[in-house]
Amino acid sequence: MARYILFRLLQAIPVLLGTTFLIYFMVFAMPGDPLLALFGDKTPNPALLEQLREQYHLNEPFFVQYLYYLGGIFRFDFGVSYSGQPVTEILAQTFPVTIRLAILALLFEMIAGILIGLVSGIRKGGIFDASALVVSLILISLPIFVTAFLGQYFLGIALGWFRPTVGAGAPIQDLILPALVLASISFAQIVRLTRSSVIETKNLDFVRTAYSKGLSSKRIVPVHILRNSLIPVVTYLGTDFGVLLVGATVTEGIFNVPGVGRTLYQAILKGEGPTVVSFVTVMVLIYLVVNLLVDLLYAVLDPRIRYAK
Amino acid sequence: MPNSTQKPSPGHFVAPLEETPLVAIDSVKTDGKPSNLWIDAWRDLRGRPMFWISSVIILLVVVVALFPGLFTQTAPNDNCELSNSNAGPSEGHILGFTRQGCDVFARIIYGTSTSLSVGIIVTVLVFTLGILFGAFAGFYGGWIDAVLSRAGDIFFSIPYILAAVVIMSVFSSNRNVWVISLAIGIFAWPATARVLRSEILRVKNADYVTAATAIGVKRFNILWKHVLPNSIAPVIVITTISLASAIVAEATLSFLGVGLPSSVMSWGNDIGQAQTTLRQAPQVLIYPSLALSLTVLAFIMLGETVRDALDPKARALR
Amino acid sequence: MTEPLLQIKNLDVSFRTQDGEVKAVRSANLTLNAGQTLAIVGESGSGKSTTASAIINLLPGSGKITGGEIFFDGVDLTKVSEKKMEDIRGSQIGFVPQDPMSNLNPVWNIGFQVEEAVRANGIAKGRKDVKKRAIEVLKEAGLSDAERRLKQYPHQFSGGMRQRVLIGMGLAANPKLLIADEPTSALDVTVQRVILDHLETLTRDSNTAVIFITHDLGLAAERAEQLVVMYKGQVVESGPSVEILQNPLHPYTQRLVAAAPSLASRRIQATGADLVDIEHRPEADSNLDLIAQAASRAEAQKAEGHRGNAIVVDDVTKVFKIRQGSGRSIDFTAVDKVSFTVERGTTTALVGESGSGKSTVAKMLLKLEEATSGNIVIDGDTINGLKGRELLALRRRMQPVFQDPYGSLNPLQSIGNIISEPLRVHKVGDRKTQRARVKELLDQVSLPQMVVSRYPNELSGGQRQRIAIARALALKPDIVILDEAVSALDVLVQAQILQLLAELQEELKLTYLFITHDLAVVRVIADNVAVMQSGKIVEAATTDEVFENPQQEYTKALLEAIPGAGIQLGI
Repeated sequence: MARYILFRLLQAIPVLLGTTFLIYFMVFAMPGDPLLALFGDKTPNPALLEQLREQYHLNEPFFVQYLYYLGGIFRFDFGVSYSGQPVTEILAQTFPVTIRLAILALLFEMIAGILIGLVSGIRKGGIFDASALVVSLILISLPIFVTAFLGQYFLGIALGWFRPTVGAGAPIQDLILPALVLASISFAQIVRLTRSSVIETKNLDFVRTAYSKGLSSKRIVPVHILRNSLIPVVTYLGTDFGVLLVGATVTEGIFNVPGVGRTLYQAILKGEGPTVVSFVTVMVLIYLVVNLLVDLLYAVLDPRIRYAK
Repeated sequence: MPNSTQKPSPGHFVAPLEETPLVAIDSVKTDGKPSNLWIDAWRDLRGRPMFWISSVIILLVVVVALFPGLFTQTAPNDNCELSNSNAGPSEGHILGFTRQGCDVFARIIYGTSTSLSVGIIVTVLVFTLGILFGAFAGFYGGWIDAVLSRAGDIFFSIPYILAAVVIMSVFSSNRNVWVISLAIGIFAWPATARVLRSEILRVKNADYVTAATAIGVKRFNILWKHVLPNSIAPVIVITTISLASAIVAEATLSFLGVGLPSSVMSWGNDIGQAQTTLRQAPQVLIYPSLALSLTVLAFIMLGETVRDALDPKARALR
Repeated sequence: MTEPLLQIKNLDVSFRTQDGEVKAVRSANLTLNAGQTLAIVGESGSGKSTTASAIINLLPGSGKITGGEIFFDGVDLTKVSEKKMEDIRGSQIGFVPQDPMSNLNPVWNIGFQVEEAVRANGIAKGRKDVKKRAIEVLKEAGLSDAERRLKQYPHQFSGGMRQRVLIGMGLAANPKLLIADEPTSALDVTVQRVILDHLETLTRDSNTAVIFITHDLGLAAERAEQLVVMYKGQVVESGPSVEILQNPLHPYTQRLVAAAPSLASRRIQATGADLVDIEHRPEADSNLDLIAQAASRAEAQKAEGHRGNAIVVDDVTKVFKIRQGSGRSIDFTAVDKVSFTVERGTTTALVGESGSGKSTVAKMLLKLEEATSGNIVIDGDTINGLKGRELLALRRRMQPVFQDPYGSLNPLQSIGNIISEPLRVHKVGDRKTQRARVKELLDQVSLPQMVVSRYPNELSGGQRQRIAIARALALKPDIVILDEAVSALDVLVQAQILQLLAELQEELKLTYLFITHDLAVVRVIADNVAVMQSGKIVEAATTDEVFENPQQEYTKALLEAIPGAGIQLGI
């Protein structure tokens, strides 16, 4: 296991270098003045421009610039936002809120998604299964901002069950609606994935053998069918986290949740290029780390990986 | 010496031959029509209502995109009168007006081609890049695989909408359908490449591939004629679904304000602009959202039915 | 008279398919007394496994019992509740499944899965006792270091050990009846024998009745007192094994007896004579009689003089680099200084178990792998380093047929295209002559012309193998490499293909290299045998010599593993 972790960590290094290089390349290898391009139609104040030029070492050759940028990342220095506040400082304020939102969403999508997918798969072809399939298909087809507005309008404004926007301090009860919206697409995907995984697993030979040993369904469903079906679901969580990041940007923006996503959302809306780049970099890093964790979790769930040479 | 006339002992049962007639060993079935994966899949698809529903919606979307004039007499941008701002439905304007006083229905009709174009361009891009990377990596293996797969990993490690946000931020002055499609597609292909690669790894060890080598078929022809046709099915499925994702991505970027400029009619733009008046005029937001979601739903449904039809295992379990 | 332990009366089982209901078992009857062993024999699709699954109500998919009764210990199992059935499974009726690779849950360790069986059947209570019993169970099943292995996972076990675990679980609660569904078909022949011996000892000691399901008539007769022969869902013949074997009354059983390679090989050996000297009077269905076939083949071969060597393999070695992950790799010698020759127009069998290197030899001959060292000479030409045109010319002279009939044809190509592909690649003739050649080839492999427009998935395994043979023959090669070409086929189909191969050899003067794990088949088709073990040839001689006077322990073990020893068989 230790070797596997080490191997996975080593594997992550070139990917980390590659992704950061790619982001840097996209932004700063463009023809013309990258800083001006980033600000689009707006004219940033000269002091800020100078400061950014300094920060990105724009007078150096490209690769040196990149190395500086990379060095900054390793020191957790993601530069300064448009307003002059260090990005790290903003992260410290906003991150806890986003974490709360993400945990709520993850809890919801995993518990509800896996449970509904399991029942659906076990009772394939029944009414429950059919409705789960239809609902999940619709949820997958709704872009996250549509779901957000529908939720905000119907559950928030029309019915008044939730506050349509999050109040100061982002209390948990206000986060429920954004979390439900954030979880919606992944929830639907997990339902479908669990379902098909359960259907496949329950027809496998070892399940039949488990029955032949005299075990009851009550034991076989959780211990043999569900346990094995979770492996593809967990692998999905890694890619799903990317959806969650983008989703958080939109959802936090719409519900005014004071998290990392909203900061990015507002920076995008205001066209604050450098801040966008800093935050995207941070998000990609988080995404990499989460995927690394998911891979390790995968090894925990599947002994064939854990003990592979 | 076996002797058929010998009487069997009491415990020895023999079924009468008339009840258990022998049939020829391994005779060829001469009835039925030719069938292979694609023929069977098509027969299966024909019997699925989901397939027809999604196909009809997609066809409608395509016709609307190509000939918007057939569906509305109102030009979407002219005749916008602020006096009509957020007004409800009236004669000739069945879905009411936007905040600028433009006809909501006409804007939806004319916005269709934007979504569809982005969807198609991205899909072509993703399909081409995915096949190139996936096929060469999977089939040739070795260092080619190592290089191509690592490249794929890197692109895969940046969620493609985030990447598109960055690219679009840089291209703030000249955003158009091609730029946004490129921005989405350039980071969306690794998923397709991965699916194809693993499928090719499975297929290339099949005996018919070895047999083709033993016949003397050239390496590239083996990939082209034997391996790729047998690995492409899941790619077709994921491509259909990726068309839906591309449409969503365009709408999301436009909604965030880093998509197409507001002069280009796009569902995402309209939804983004309508959010300010959600309380007063929810319909302005809901109708384009509906058009967007229905189109996306149609492509996802099509992808799912094709997936089920192409999977003989799923067909057997049904 | 005491009541039988199990009595199946007029059992009907149906499956729901897209084309409506299909009857898999039709009014099957079967009686088994306590402590007895009964074998159900049949080809795939005969309903043998379905019958067995019906007993413990574990029919796959949409399967349903639609009629009849199953009395076990006086209780009709078709009428008991699922709850009661759970009590019966495991504790009263044990089950050993077919494929050890797929029947253990890969994510739980062995100890967990055995303990689970122990606990479910109430054999032991409390963590300590359960564990103790689990270790006992595994030890009885022949895993000596059971304590250490409890924490290991299925993928760390070999196939044979996994099957031992499954047998242990099946017998954990000392059931009155054990159903063993082809328990060893997925294993190497020598392992098969050891495991079956062990199973026999265990069940005899505990007086457990056994239902043994197999496709191999010889194996059935060797392991069971009673035989039930099933054909297309019906029981065609049942009774004492020896009697059925010596006096098969139903024409289907007669066919099976004549076509089973294990029995044929045992009977030839029983005469103690060389094949050419055997006087054999075939059964009614003479064209499927393996012994008649083999004898006539041997005679035809004897009439020919020496014809020179088609294949010379000289001191050939193949070393693979096995990647160990994280950049390291070790050398693995798959083929170790192998030498043999094949005379033109004859058949040489290369025999070995999995991992013996026999298929690697085939790949090197076919230039699908390059030999690390040594020489291969085909028809007088060295093939080392052959490239381009010369390689293409070599391919024309030598073609393969592979094992898996489902994998060796491109499912998206029509049969006509599959057979004509070699002609197109080598630019032989124009479209018209190619089409004519395809027809001629289909005639040669006895398939109707209409299949040209069909696709592989519409054909049976045997038919696909015929197509593969037709494709191999398209370029009129001199040499055909048959890599386990008949191993995946049902007995009767296998006999048909063996016959086809023999006919083609005589007609087209073909040289065969016949690669197989099954010595019984070798007895009836090969002139010479080379036995391989871990990359080396341990014994090579004429088939008669190898069978009558094996020199090596390993060869002897392989020969003993052919089922049907000790059964009195006439010829």
